[in-house]
Amino acid sequence: MASVTFDGVRKVYGKTIALKGIDLEVRDGEFMVLLGPSGCGKTTLLRCLAGLERIDGGAVRIGENDVSDLPPRDRNIAMVFQSYAVFPHMTVYDNIAFGLRMRKTPKDDIDRRVREGAALLQLEPFLQRYPAQLSGGQRQRVAVARALVTDSPVLLMDEPLSNLDALLRLHARAELKRLHGEVPRTTVYVTHDQVEALSMGDRIAVMRDGEIIQLDVPGAIYDRPATLFVGSFIGSPPMNFLRCVAKDGTAVGDGFEIAGPPGMDGRTLLLGIRPENIRIGEGPINGTVTVAEPLGSHTLLTVRVGSESMKVIAPADSTVRPNEQLRFAPEPHKIRWMDEPTGRALPVSQ
Amino acid sequence: MTAATVTNRRRPLTRRVLVDRVLLYAAAGVLALWTLAPIYLIALSAFSERAAIYEYPKPLLPTRFSTDTMAFFVNSTGVLPSVRNSVVVAVGTIALGLIIGAPAGYALARFRFRGRNTFQVGVLISKMFPIAILSIPLAVTFINLNLYDTLPAVILVHTAMVLPFIVIVTAGVFLGVSGELEEAAMTLGTTRLGAFRRIALPLALPGLAAAAIFSFVTSWNEVFAATILTVRNTTLPAQVLASLNLSPLYFRFAGGFFLIIPSLFFIFFMRKYLFNLWGPGR
Repeated sequence: MASVTFDGVRKVYGKTIALKGIDLEVRDGEFMVLLGPSGCGKTTLLRCLAGLERIDGGAVRIGENDVSDLPPRDRNIAMVFQSYAVFPHMTVYDNIAFGLRMRKTPKDDIDRRVREGAALLQLEPFLQRYPAQLSGGQRQRVAVARALVTDSPVLLMDEPLSNLDALLRLHARAELKRLHGEVPRTTVYVTHDQVEALSMGDRIAVMRDGEIIQLDVPGAIYDRPATLFVGSFIGSPPMNFLRCVAKDGTAVGDGFEIAGPPGMDGRTLLLGIRPENIRIGEGPINGTVTVAEPLGSHTLLTVRVGSESMKVIAPADSTVRPNEQLRFAPEPHKIRWMDEPTGRALPVSQ
Repeated sequence: MTAATVTNRRRPLTRRVLVDRVLLYAAAGVLALWTLAPIYLIALSAFSERAAIYEYPKPLLPTRFSTDTMAFFVNSTGVLPSVRNSVVVAVGTIALGLIIGAPAGYALARFRFRGRNTFQVGVLISKMFPIAILSIPLAVTFINLNLYDTLPAVILVHTAMVLPFIVIVTAGVFLGVSGELEEAAMTLGTTRLGAFRRIALPLALPGLAAAAIFSFVTSWNEVFAATILTVRNTTLPAQVLASLNLSPLYFRFAGGFFLIIPSLFFIFFMRKYLFNLWGPGR
């Protein structure tokens, strides 16, 4: 049993409230991603789980044990840091062996497990090297190997890929996902990169200002963002939001009129639609193309609708030119209606 | 060192680079000459026959080499015991200074606490009072504490003199050791203290060595406090000072040279840590 439970966890720094009572349960073996912009409290939450920060309220449980007051070494966790925190005065071998030595593992056992860990992360040729002689990607793998060999049931990762260059990050992302498949651990993974979150997480907890705004599987987070913030934080380009007013079951905006949610007469709404869910040619939205950017796999259009702007993904072979006047149709079942004043999604009626 | 040399070699020697380098070496040469010339002259006199001191014109090469002068100095009354005292005091100053100063530096580097800035400035305040002003009250205090004319008294004063430097240097050193490294060690199973001992301490060693060198040299060369606070148990500089006016010229040269030796050795052995600290090792 190595589920992780946050039960009303609060953390305060002076006058700033970093965590406003977080409730979250990470299931045994689950890959949970904490996603949010910098300063949202995701790293603080992770450090509270690691025992590197004391919590000011609530409880943290690993399995059945309340670990709120335990130091890191008694929590049986392993952590990969953003800076990797590979010990510069030790060889790769000694780095990987460090946790095992601290746990007083028998010598033969240490050697076997260090070599297994090194093999898992393709570090065998570097075991006798010092970190200064390694590349960033290799150091990152040392940090992961060091965390994995301890066999801790809970693995914490704090933006482990953010210091890698783009190409390497792509590769390392797939590597980490492979590792999670081969060596399943309850994993809590912190990132501000929505692509990482979508591609790796079993579930994603989107955080903002010390709160969890939405907790769901990646597909649901992407398709049905709970708030305006989630919709505009996730997706590249993010979801479009067009302002409109509800009237007799329709929504009337600047330059369009479309079937809207019932019973909202007079309320200001936002029509949320992802750029790839808009068809071009016919439809209720009238817009003028201002920019057409061919991006290889597709063409990204910037379209002016009344006084607002939206992004539309068109096929790569699209012949659309700037200043063209076109009609656009959002796929009805992909539309996400938001209440404009609160920024919250309306409940789905069907 | 190797990496730098390699890149330098690959870079074509443009005139600009060449001029820069000539200037650099010229400046280094002047500095070295500035320091080495007096040391050489003192050494020359210290290892010549006693009569050679009074020769004119003075030969610049050791034409009349002899260890008589040095032997005379070393065997003079009180010199050897005072050497022993000096070593005890210097080592004691290093130990006490690091035991008190390094944790303070660590605290400054790692923790945000109330009064942190005040403390940082306050550390330097002790440097505001000239030892000459402090010496009389100190002597009185040590007499009352029955510490007067003992080595611990000198160690205490020397420690007080080097502490500000030790605190500030070690704070800088520990700032250079990422806190995440210690946190990583803690998640891997060490206690807070264990993380310090296994991670921060070994990585801070070069800086601690620098602080140790400074303490050693300061203590070894310190005359005033040592003279005031001791009568019979003097350190070497105090001993030399006491007999300076009454001694022949060759005694002074020998004493001067003798005083330099330990510092030279100490710096020589600590050198690699210093280079690690200040970077040309890259």
